[in-house]
Amino acid sequence: MTESLLALDNVWLALLLKVAAIVGFFLVAPLVIGYIEHKGLAHMQARLGPMEAAFHGIGQLPADGIKFIQKEDIIPANADKWVFSLAPGVALVPAMVILAVIPLGPGLWAEDLDTGVFFALAVSSVSVIGILMAAWSSASKYSLMGGIRAAAQLIAYELPLVLGAAAVVLQAGTMSLVGIVEAQNDFRILGVVPMWFVLPQALGFLLFFVASLAELSRPPFDMPIADSELIFGHMTEYTGLRYAFFMLAEYAGIVVLSALAVVLFLGGWYPLPGVGLPSFDVLFLPGEVVAALAGFAVTMGKIVALAFVMIWFRATFPRLREDQLQRISWLAFIPLAILNIVVVAVFKVVA
Amino acid sequence: MTDTLLRPGSGMLPGGPGEGMLVEVRGEGELRTQDMNLNIGPQHPATHGVLRVVIDLDGEKIVRATPVIGYMHRGFEKLAEARDYRQIIALVNRHDWLSAFCNELGVALAVERMMELEVPDRAEWIRVLMAEWNRVLNHLMFVGSFGLELGAITPVFFAFREREDIQGLMESATGGRLHFTYTRVGGLKEDLPRGFLAASAKMTRNVRVRNSEYRDLLEGNEIFKARTRKVGILPPDVALDYGVSGPTLHATGIAEDARVTEPYCRYDKVNVHVPVGATGDSYDRFQILLARIDASLDIIDQVLDNIPPGPVNVKLPKIVKAPEGEIYVRTENPLGQGGYYLVSDGKKNPWRLKMRTPSFNNISAMSYLLKDQLLSDMIAILGSVFFVVGDVDR
Repeated sequence: MTESLLALDNVWLALLLKVAAIVGFFLVAPLVIGYIEHKGLAHMQARLGPMEAAFHGIGQLPADGIKFIQKEDIIPANADKWVFSLAPGVALVPAMVILAVIPLGPGLWAEDLDTGVFFALAVSSVSVIGILMAAWSSASKYSLMGGIRAAAQLIAYELPLVLGAAAVVLQAGTMSLVGIVEAQNDFRILGVVPMWFVLPQALGFLLFFVASLAELSRPPFDMPIADSELIFGHMTEYTGLRYAFFMLAEYAGIVVLSALAVVLFLGGWYPLPGVGLPSFDVLFLPGEVVAALAGFAVTMGKIVALAFVMIWFRATFPRLREDQLQRISWLAFIPLAILNIVVVAVFKVVA
Repeated sequence: MTDTLLRPGSGMLPGGPGEGMLVEVRGEGELRTQDMNLNIGPQHPATHGVLRVVIDLDGEKIVRATPVIGYMHRGFEKLAEARDYRQIIALVNRHDWLSAFCNELGVALAVERMMELEVPDRAEWIRVLMAEWNRVLNHLMFVGSFGLELGAITPVFFAFREREDIQGLMESATGGRLHFTYTRVGGLKEDLPRGFLAASAKMTRNVRVRNSEYRDLLEGNEIFKARTRKVGILPPDVALDYGVSGPTLHATGIAEDARVTEPYCRYDKVNVHVPVGATGDSYDRFQILLARIDASLDIIDQVLDNIPPGPVNVKLPKIVKAPEGEIYVRTENPLGQGGYYLVSDGKKNPWRLKMRTPSFNNISAMSYLLKDQLLSDMIAILGSVFFVVGDVDR
């Protein structure tokens, strides 16, 4: 197993570099996804999207950020001030923490935990506490209903998400995310055809992807914020920077869950099944850095592709109803996910 | 029965109706729930306009819903008593801003029938043409907004693309994009511009093609079906009791349409197809809307084949005076049946102009439709019982 590129002799320097890299990635990647959503959605809907802020509106999101900073920070009179102020942070931080264990390229990870999958899934469900805090403390009926819907949705969709990932862990034989990527590279169908887990685990991938849409409250599962019913759910009373934190949490969530799907099912940083990355020296760059950069580009490409599908869904589907969503989860997704685990387990034992 | 525990709770919400409420826990461990009273509107995205619906919620289920109207009352009927007949035309196309032409047509018809005026043939045909374009314009708006309320954000942009083209077409003839004010007592403001009929024919083809896009995007969509089928079923007899009309009534299976049962202008010379539904649920109402766009385009094609040359106006005295008497005219407006009851005492302005607007009756059925529905379904129902708030309050 390879080491992280940032594993230096000086522990403190390494820590500092890792934190800087994670925060940098955390702030930039959601903006990229946000821009793709702006423009992709616009073109699907026969319009142009932002055009004025810099070239084809690429400056739109930074400009929005500056605008949010300038907005008045309103806390409703009846709100529970402490909880209200803390909620955006609680929603935001888990996405950042998960990034620490996600490998974005060979050697490009902060920490390769032995329980990586477990850690990532456990931390990702913390963000719903932020949503509940926001909903409860806002002193608004719309917020409260949004929060309750979000909690119900999380309980229903956490299971297919975890069960989908569990089947992968079973097949790879490791919980380490780096180990899972390597296991996919070594995997051969019938011992010959190289393939990622997306094919043998097609059902699991589908369940994982749809469940992550529900987890993120993305359309068609956006009932917690349902703007035509609940104004904006738990975010109704938020303004300015705190609201921006929630938005950032949503897009960071897209990045993180897409990255998890890429690592678990789509072969991580490998460009094609059974094909490795270039690792020769280019000019002054040593081979392993070249491989890391190429791997990062491949991973980002896959993350963006998955995020694009999420955006595509948003342009296509109306919103489900809360009871329909629960029914789909408990009567279809969870039994299917368990079936998937059973099938994988049987093959694992037989093969 | 064990002892009843009384526990001071902080209530449902700080500052909310349940604050300081005592939560009673009985021996069986059953928690008593409390209905939540929620004001939807007057400023709420789902009510497009300033309708207010007061609902009592048990969880997500609506126990009672009461529409509260009057936030947009602008006193058009009273204003009309102080305006002469020419000015009223510009007044009445404003209460339902999405069917401006059809509204002004109704008043013009009422005045003309009282005066026993013979309107030129060409003007009558153009009125049919414009009324049908207005109908398409109106229905496109509701197709888009219904999707939007269910969370499908794309149809509304597509609908506005077509609306833009049609508005451009109508602007070339009338000079207006929303409030056309094209009708006059005794005819029209002026003749159509050159090339209008050709552009109109081209536009019908475009809209027909685009109409199939909505069918693909929404009608065939599983989630859309799941959200709208068997939701907000309006039985035919209840619909008639409330005086519901237009596409909302047609969806229940009743094909009452003033263009057929009591033709005005030249509707007796064209073939009017009235699509009807079977169950009267939200899905049916939406389908009727799309089918009516096609039906209107068919009428436009027939008009284009039949429209004769000639004058579009008659010479009238400087001051138009309707003779003493009263009249009731009904027209099929895009949202349903419009009625114009005009009482004149022979002066230059009406003694009373009472308008029967379809939205008012459609909204009356809301209490019936919303009872025992889920909050999410309220949106599917509000969006599919077609109304314009200005048309409710007048």
